[in-house]
Amino acid sequence: MTIALKPPSQRRTPFRDKAGRQGLGLTILAWAIGLLFFIPFLWMVLVSFRSETDAATNPPQLLSPFSIEGYRNFFGADPWGPLLNSATASVLSTALVILLAFPAAYALSIRPVNKWQDVLFFLLSTKMLPIVAAILPIYLFAQFSGLLDNIFLLTIFYTSMNLPIAIWMLRSFLAEVPVEMIEAAQIDGANLITTLRQVIAPVVMPGIAAAALICFIFSWNELLLARVLTSTVAQTAPVYLTGFVTSQGLFLAQVCAASLVVSVPVLAAGFAAQDKLVQGLSMGAVK
Amino acid sequence: MSTEVAADAARTGAPPPAERRQSGMSEAWRRRLPLLPALIFVIVLTQLPFLGTLIVSFMNWNSYYPEDRGFTGFSNYVRVFTDVNARSAVVVTVVLTVSVVLICLVLGLLIALLLDRKFPGRGVVRTMMITPFLLVPIAAALLWKHALYNPEYGLFNGLLTLFLGDNAPQPDWVGSMPLPALIAAISWQWTPFMMLILLAGLQSRPMDVVEAARIDGASSWQIFIHMTLPHLRPYIELSVLLGTIYVVQNFDHVFTITAGATGSANLPYFVYQTFYTAQDYGRASAAGVVTVAGTLIVSMLALRTVFTVFQQESR
Repeated sequence: MTIALKPPSQRRTPFRDKAGRQGLGLTILAWAIGLLFFIPFLWMVLVSFRSETDAATNPPQLLSPFSIEGYRNFFGADPWGPLLNSATASVLSTALVILLAFPAAYALSIRPVNKWQDVLFFLLSTKMLPIVAAILPIYLFAQFSGLLDNIFLLTIFYTSMNLPIAIWMLRSFLAEVPVEMIEAAQIDGANLITTLRQVIAPVVMPGIAAAALICFIFSWNELLLARVLTSTVAQTAPVYLTGFVTSQGLFLAQVCAASLVVSVPVLAAGFAAQDKLVQGLSMGAVK
Repeated sequence: MSTEVAADAARTGAPPPAERRQSGMSEAWRRRLPLLPALIFVIVLTQLPFLGTLIVSFMNWNSYYPEDRGFTGFSNYVRVFTDVNARSAVVVTVVLTVSVVLICLVLGLLIALLLDRKFPGRGVVRTMMITPFLLVPIAAALLWKHALYNPEYGLFNGLLTLFLGDNAPQPDWVGSMPLPALIAAISWQWTPFMMLILLAGLQSRPMDVVEAARIDGASSWQIFIHMTLPHLRPYIELSVLLGTIYVVQNFDHVFTITAGATGSANLPYFVYQTFYTAQDYGRASAAGVVTVAGTLIVSMLALRTVFTVFQQESR
């Protein structure tokens, strides 16, 4: 069955049987490893649909009566505030990142400033700066300015956290835009903003989408800054989940349900745009 | 100035601007303008706080003892390097990062090679593979702590009971082996990330050359060593670099799974604890500076000497 999929040049008659067996073995291995990585997630889904008493059993039951007790408990505790805060911070900061990164990427690729490579490396080096190394002054500033527990302050810091990655990615996508297109627009008298909006943006839309996806995921996932900077009003979904850290699995089904619900936006975005995810993760550095 | 513009134009292939605008702004500044908002934003929000950390790291500042505040020179650094917990955090960070990145790289490469072949259900397997990466990190950490590692009703001990009977050993995974427990959970999450980058590399291979080599009698192993690996080099470097950046900073898993117990605190968790719980701002800052210095030295050394990924540029 696998042989039929191979190009003719690989189909050498004397080895066909051996290659076929080997191919089948590799296929089974791939499936086995894939399942191995998937099983913890699958287990999470199964446990989340159990009653709390069925969830905490040893040995595990593969199939238990279906129950939405975990989800009912999770939503009964009114998690909408944290979910909404996460959505606000992630969407707003992603928009802000793209708005700032797009012109910057232009200045680093199409009409590069002097020493543009040094600027790029500076931006990359800010990603090597662990957030913990800046967290105390950020906390003190927030406390001093009265912006502690304010979702917009968090949004600003998420923007600065993702901006370097977005610039790196967009730069490599912009480098692909044919120079002639930009020249033509400029001869027609288009200014920078018009050129960016009407000439370059439509061409690099997939790159913008990839950058936005990555920024959204990293903002949605962030825990450390959110935990230090927010408490009750501006609490994000990951901070809300920390409430389950010490619950010792007393409410295992609820823990699984909560973890799944909070992951849904990222899971959905990631599954829908798998190819863009690859481009995004590699910061456009490799294609 | 004009030679610079001409040189830039020659490099980018763009013609020199036909006509300068009459504004007083020089060409160089007009070019910088689109970059400035982003650059200023990043500098103000990352470098200024770090400068603050640097200053506080030379101060005696514990918010429980506000009257003792003042500059103390290097004493915080001395304390970081002599404090058993801080030294242990440095070691844990190195062990955690190196082992997770190595495991992810080897597994990721293996799985990428398997997924590079066409086989029935390839798309399904790929989707199953990337799921761990798409789980919110703290959700993944909760899953491992409660649903998998829990000694009483976790899946692992449940499976042991299932297969070995009622007398099966029931280890307390997190309690008895905190570091391996962390390494397994973090590797589970980051292997798909490495795999995706490496798979992109494999799929960009020029297959006609590989075919030619095969016809010339090269074995699969020879093709892998002499053709696939050299082609993958920038992809391997990139996945190692990015993997390292993210794993060094890991906070969610350490916070959730072990809470730094029994010698499993890494630097980010140690800094968080020193700052948040102990309120010792000076010592936390010194530990933060040590983290940054370590990360920067290692990654810059790698980038400048071994790595080739960012050296060839398109423009």
